[in-house]
Amino acid sequence: MIRIVGLSKTFESAEGEVEALSDVNIDIEEGTIVGIIGMSGAGKSTLVRCINMLERPSEGKVFVDGTDMGALDAAGLRKARRGIAMIFQQFNLLMQRDCLANVRFPLELAGLSGRKANEKAKELLDLVGLPDKARAYPAQLSGGQMQRVAIARALATEPNVLLCDEATSALDPSTTHQILSLIKDINKRLGITVVVITHQMSVVQEICDRVAILDGGRVAEQGLVAEVFAAPKSDAGRRLVFPGRPDARVSVSGNDRQLRIVFRDSQTTSKPLVATMAVEKGIVATVISASTQQISGDVYGSILLGLPASKFEEAMEYLESFGNLTVEEVTEIV
Amino acid sequence: MFDNVFTVEAWQEMLLCLKNEIPFAIWETLYITIVSTALALLTGLPLGVLLVAGEKEGVLPLPGWLMHALNFIINILRSVPFLILMIMVFPLSRLLIGTTVGTKATAVPLVVAAFPYIARLIEGNMREIDPNIIEAAQSMGASPIQIIWKVMIPEAKPGLINSATIAMTTILGYSAMSGIIGGGGLGQIAINYGYYRYRYLTMYLAVAILILLVQFFQSAGTHLCVKSDKRLK
Ligand SMILES: Nc1ncnc2c1ncn2[C@@H]1O[C@H](COP(=O)(O)OP(=O)(O)OP(=O)(O)O)[C@@H](O)[C@H]1O
Ligand SMILES: [Mg+2]
Repeated sequence: MIRIVGLSKTFESAEGEVEALSDVNIDIEEGTIVGIIGMSGAGKSTLVRCINMLERPSEGKVFVDGTDMGALDAAGLRKARRGIAMIFQQFNLLMQRDCLANVRFPLELAGLSGRKANEKAKELLDLVGLPDKARAYPAQLSGGQMQRVAIARALATEPNVLLCDEATSALDPSTTHQILSLIKDINKRLGITVVVITHQMSVVQEICDRVAILDGGRVAEQGLVAEVFAAPKSDAGRRLVFPGRPDARVSVSGNDRQLRIVFRDSQTTSKPLVATMAVEKGIVATVISASTQQISGDVYGSILLGLPASKFEEAMEYLESFGNLTVEEVTEIV
Repeated sequence: MFDNVFTVEAWQEMLLCLKNEIPFAIWETLYITIVSTALALLTGLPLGVLLVAGEKEGVLPLPGWLMHALNFIINILRSVPFLILMIMVFPLSRLLIGTTVGTKATAVPLVVAAFPYIARLIEGNMREIDPNIIEAAQSMGASPIQIIWKVMIPEAKPGLINSATIAMTTILGYSAMSGIIGGGGLGQIAINYGYYRYRYLTMYLAVAILILLVQFFQSAGTHLCVKSDKRLK
């Protein structure tokens, strides 16, 4: 559906060149919801803007439905963009048009006007749960309502793709939840492929099937949400999934080595691993940090342990024998 | 100097003027103001839009030399004092209207003076539009012309009304100055009575009516501007 191949983007600014993206490769399957997550400045917005060519890539290609977006001429690009809707953090509604006229706007651009366009716009306002706001102006709406209007507007041209750039970042948690539910519902009902840009783990957890973690303009890792979040392989991934990084003062003394255990289900999570290891093997471990995450209904846990270097291998072996968990050495606490 | 301003004769003369000359002068002033404002807007509005849309990063990039030329011409016209501009455009007035005196002929210098000024006002209005909204329209596949017609101009509407009001009141003031070249209207009365014949009372009357007209247009414009702005409710 969407193929991003070897995408790089370098900005020339007064202070020199900024490499916002380098060699990004992501495949997005039709009908899925994909999250692109990363810290501020990671290049998320640049990446999503390269999909509809609001930003021209310096290198690489973007294919949407098999069309090479970079190769289109101006008219071709305008047409292609009607199939790729976008919503924004600041909603970007036309402030001098009422809601109905806002939703009608993309239809007018496509040459549809009059009663037909109005009817379609009304249907879409119904769909997003704002049937009574047709004659209201954006300034009279709450943030959540404005984003609903923006979603209705995005759907007007019956797109195959919906790009969301921090669409819920300006909203409170409960409104965020409502908007995400709406997006998920639209994805299910209309089969629209959704790309969600966010810096919030919770957003990815709530609606995404797959996730790509962006760090410094590169894809640090990508995969199924459950897998990536259960055992993040990259530093950036671990920073996002287990944000509670231990204080430098907590970190263990020079002779110790560190080990991370990641549990895959609630049974293992509830086993008193550290205690049994102390009793059965006489290995005493220090808990540096521990946390649990709930992803799509499953509980995942992670414990970071400090162990005496002499007992490290033994402990590793012992813990691995439990199954249904992964054990790996951590040389740098991130 | 003021001893002979409020004499009985002066009052009589003023009342006579109010009855015989002022009504037509008001009409002349309104006529020239409205026609000149309309023509100046007709040229200034597209020019102001182009000054923003035609930039390198704008929605309708124009060749650099053309943008430089536009800016240069506007700056030149803006820096010529109106009194001198009135005389400088005589050949143009003769060409377009056939004469250099009279109410119609003064429309020429008024438009020439006002359209660059309006273009700058409109340019300011266009720069105030949230670029994110323009980008959203681009993401929906809007063409440059569609963005200008359906986004930039409608979104700037309150500001445009405000600019048109400023332009109109300024032109009203300038139209009075054209009394010097026989432009007619209230300005002509003020100059004829006050400057040539020292009949200050009648001059004050003409000026007072000019002030009232400016006040009226400004209030009406402000009212329209506020009423049209949907961001405020
Ligand atoms: N037009 C531009 N000119 C120069 N540099 C830019 C431009 N746009 C983005 N950048 C730079 O590219 C990098 C990535 O920016 P981008 O906006 O994609 O980050 P982001 O992940 O969306 O961040 P945020 O979460 O803060 O929105 C940043 O270092 C930014 O300064
Ligand atoms: Mg961003």
